[in-house]
Amino acid sequence: MPTKPAGTLYRGREGMWSWVGHRITGVVIFFFLLVHVLDTSLVRVSPEAYTAVIGAYKNPLMALGETGLVAAIVFHAFNGLRIIAVDFWKKGAKYQRQMLWTVLALWVVVMVGFSIRHLSLALGGH
Amino acid sequence: MTATQIQSPRSGKISPQYRRNGASKGNFEMAAWLFMRLSGVVLVVLIFGHLFVNLLVGDGIHAIDFGFVAGKWADPFWQFWDLAMLWLAMLHGTNGVRTIINDYAEKDSSRFWLKAVLYAATAVIIILGTLVIFTFNPCPLDVNGVPLPGGFCPAA
Repeated sequence: MPTKPAGTLYRGREGMWSWVGHRITGVVIFFFLLVHVLDTSLVRVSPEAYTAVIGAYKNPLMALGETGLVAAIVFHAFNGLRIIAVDFWKKGAKYQRQMLWTVLALWVVVMVGFSIRHLSLALGGH
Repeated sequence: MTATQIQSPRSGKISPQYRRNGASKGNFEMAAWLFMRLSGVVLVVLIFGHLFVNLLVGDGIHAIDFGFVAGKWADPFWQFWDLAMLWLAMLHGTNGVRTIINDYAEKDSSRFWLKAVLYAATAVIIILGTLVIFTFNPCPLDVNGVPLPGGFCPAA
């Protein structure tokens, strides 16, 4: 069993960093999912308990947190589709770099749209 | 130029320790790999739909309260949607974290205990979430049989 790896930096560039991003966003989403099932489960305790905890999601700081979470989800989703294309599409490995930049472009477009809508709802007028 | 003779191991005679299809592990890892891709595609649809309906339509997050959940789960369509999302996301996430534990925890005992905690948490969350979806009551009562405030009870 090796105790000290000789080096931990893989080959860098798009291939490695998209893999790093996929891992980090995956872990973040998983831990949120655990919490989210628990908070939703309060509907079985009482209407007031659920409404109280869901109220915590409605303050301005949490609105930024939700936007960050959705950013992680959208990246993980689009990059996941890229991974599927790399695995199953004949030319997937050849075009993996171009597909990552496509993923990032789509991610920016979706997140600009989501952020405008969600933050204006969450921060404004209520 | 004479034809190159292709040497073993391309001859098909591979020593047993180098065979990839050993009997012990079966096809579990390949099934897990395939599951990540299949569940991933379905989860993109389920979670994007979930985010759109809950955060972007109408008043967005301000509309979410007990009544919002009661309204959704009055419809078997959303019960099934949320059930599929719960199971697929938990199994997808658990397999992802299992992979990460296998990659980074070097000691056998560390891997064993981290995965034991992971699987226990997964079982609790899946069972809890499934029970909540199917035992949801829009008109919950307190211990004395009196409707709790905020519930949706039929007019007596």
